[in-house]
Amino acid sequence: MSRKVTRRTVARTAIASTVLLTAPFVRGAFAAGKLSIGFWDHWVPGANKAAESISRAWAEKEKVDLQIDFITSQGNKMILTAAAEAQARSGHDILALGPWNCALYADKLTPVDDVMEPLIKANGAASAITIYLGKIGGKWMGVPATPAAQFKGPTSRIDLLKQHAGIDIQAMYPAGAPPKAENWTLDVFLKAAADCHKAGFPFAIGLGTTADSVDTWGAIFQAFGAELVNAKGDITVNSDNVKKALDYGKQLTAYLPPDAPSYDDSSNNRAFVAGKTALIMNPPSAWAVARRDQPQVAEQTWHHGMAAGPAGRYGPFTTNFWGLWNFSKNPSAGKSLMMALSQAQAIEEMVKASAGYDNPAFANLKTLKVWAEEGPPKGTLFHYPNPYDHQILSIAAAPAPHKIAQQIYSQGLQTQMVVRHAIKGEPVDKVIGWAASELEGYMRT
Amino acid sequence: MADITVRSASIGSPDSRSSLHKLMQRKSTIAFLMALPLILLITVLVAYPAGYAVYLAMLNKSMTKFVWFKNFDFLFTRDTFWMVVYQSCLFAITAVIFKALIGFIVAHFVHNIPSKGQRKWRGMLLVPWVIPPAMSTLAWLWLFDPSYSAFNWLLQPFGLGPIPWLGETGWARFSVILVNVWVGAPFFMIMYLAALKSVPEQLYEAAAIDGATWWQRIWYVTLPMMRNIIAITALFSTIVTFANFDIVRVLTKGDPLNTTHLFGTWAFRLGIESNDIPLGSAVSLFMVPILAVAAVFILRDITKRGSEV
Repeated sequence: MSRKVTRRTVARTAIASTVLLTAPFVRGAFAAGKLSIGFWDHWVPGANKAAESISRAWAEKEKVDLQIDFITSQGNKMILTAAAEAQARSGHDILALGPWNCALYADKLTPVDDVMEPLIKANGAASAITIYLGKIGGKWMGVPATPAAQFKGPTSRIDLLKQHAGIDIQAMYPAGAPPKAENWTLDVFLKAAADCHKAGFPFAIGLGTTADSVDTWGAIFQAFGAELVNAKGDITVNSDNVKKALDYGKQLTAYLPPDAPSYDDSSNNRAFVAGKTALIMNPPSAWAVARRDQPQVAEQTWHHGMAAGPAGRYGPFTTNFWGLWNFSKNPSAGKSLMMALSQAQAIEEMVKASAGYDNPAFANLKTLKVWAEEGPPKGTLFHYPNPYDHQILSIAAAPAPHKIAQQIYSQGLQTQMVVRHAIKGEPVDKVIGWAASELEGYMRT
Repeated sequence: MADITVRSASIGSPDSRSSLHKLMQRKSTIAFLMALPLILLITVLVAYPAGYAVYLAMLNKSMTKFVWFKNFDFLFTRDTFWMVVYQSCLFAITAVIFKALIGFIVAHFVHNIPSKGQRKWRGMLLVPWVIPPAMSTLAWLWLFDPSYSAFNWLLQPFGLGPIPWLGETGWARFSVILVNVWVGAPFFMIMYLAALKSVPEQLYEAAAIDGATWWQRIWYVTLPMMRNIIAITALFSTIVTFANFDIVRVLTKGDPLNTTHLFGTWAFRLGIESNDIPLGSAVSLFMVPILAVAAVFILRDITKRGSEV
């Protein structure tokens, strides 16, 4: 079979051959392919810059075409993005995931044990709460993200606690030294709440269903050993410990603002910045705003540990993870970026850029300079990263299996129980019966 | 009108090409092609999501198998669900009644303003409806805020309050309904105003000659003439109010104790926040048959009255 050779055929072949022959010798700027990452858009102004510059430097070095997005958690945008990407199996390669998402999307994420093992060796052990949230079925399904990792313990007014409750919180949690807080118990906390309420500065603790309220009440329940569902998945809500927690909740609620059941995550911050409260349960964001808008409030602010209950001292903690979707086209680059973002130096840069807000998961990174130096008052953040393991960091609904715990958390079951008992006046047994019925509903598969 | 076909001018072309040409010459084909972009748009943005929501509502929680109506069965056993049904009905019915009443009264006021200044009033009164509700609701949130509430500040000198606007069930329900009425009343006002302007003046003159009182003129002239517009507006607003999301989401997020949740916000809580997408879809679809039946009856009544006229 003969084929006619035309001038056009010759030209086309020549061009194609030139491209093919020269291609291997062109080392493009993005020879290692493309990668996209969706970071959490930080509350603290300027805090995104650290994560961005670390990522850009990594991309430059590794010759990766990196796309960076910052996704706000306002309006549940992060939850929606994760849900949409998981459904569509398309989107970013790496995405900042909420605390429960490693478990919820475990079948859609790439295990990252090969990233976590060297990180733990270098940075120290990950906290127990991070292991509970991130290690699913024995495998790490996400790398603990430094941005958004936060301890939501008490943020107190030094002057108001001293004046109205007779508590010297700086002496209890001195900057640069271990806590002397053996007497800082939930009973003392309750009395302080009563005294400050009487003085017109009630503790602004929410009873709503958003994270700040849920985290606080989760820690209080845990301090009484009040598990709604145990680690095996059995409903254990009908227990003496739960009854004790509810009773305590009723006593404390009497001293909270009447609007507490409608609190969202900014209500407590506003009350603090307005100078209307002696204590809130929050990371240092309220203090950061006060430093800018109400310096006289900021100067009197101290961050410290949670009060202990009969079952221990539990401090509310939450963290994000960087998850690598299993539909990512460039998983090796993804793991390399996660590794770069979790080096000790990178973590320190991010914590510094967030003015101490970010609270990394690793044991060796609890005493960074930034927490000792930030102020005013200097040392206000010293105890924020829990440097002496003075309390057990916890998340509401732990240790229940994740798919049940996540529903307890997102529907604010514990705060709802407290409101029913304390405000609506429902008897304890009725509240427990209602909660048991809700929990049975959560068991659906 | 019958379709007109024009014989193809291309003599000797293949049969199929000729019939395609004929098809393209038909008015119905042209009409279909012109409507095609809209049909595609509706298919992609309305029919597909609706069908997908039905499909999702019939999956199990982990979305691995088809369970038909079991999600609905499950919902019917939940107290919270029935509370959401009650709250949604209370919210929608109360809000629509107040929007209709306020819209009707304000439309009469505006109608009686001399036409020279009327445009300004119409414009100003439409502002709440024109501002995106998510944004205006944020302003309301500040008015109700426990720390900065302007309402409580105003009440303070009279020894009243502080009122937990969003923290107590009764006040929280009142607040979300109030904001919905504030946003939606201008829509009723403008629709009723248009209807009022179309009532022939002679009817009022005749009624006046017959000695009709103000109330009789409203009852026997205005209302019958506005009946269709009232029905359509009420139907439209009921559907939109039942489907409301932004006001509750911004103001209360369904709190306290889920007593301000509507179908939309509860579906979001279950489907997205609690990661139970099938159950969330089932909640969001629950009102569709009820509203569809209501729509059929109201629209049939309007058509009947239209043909009587």
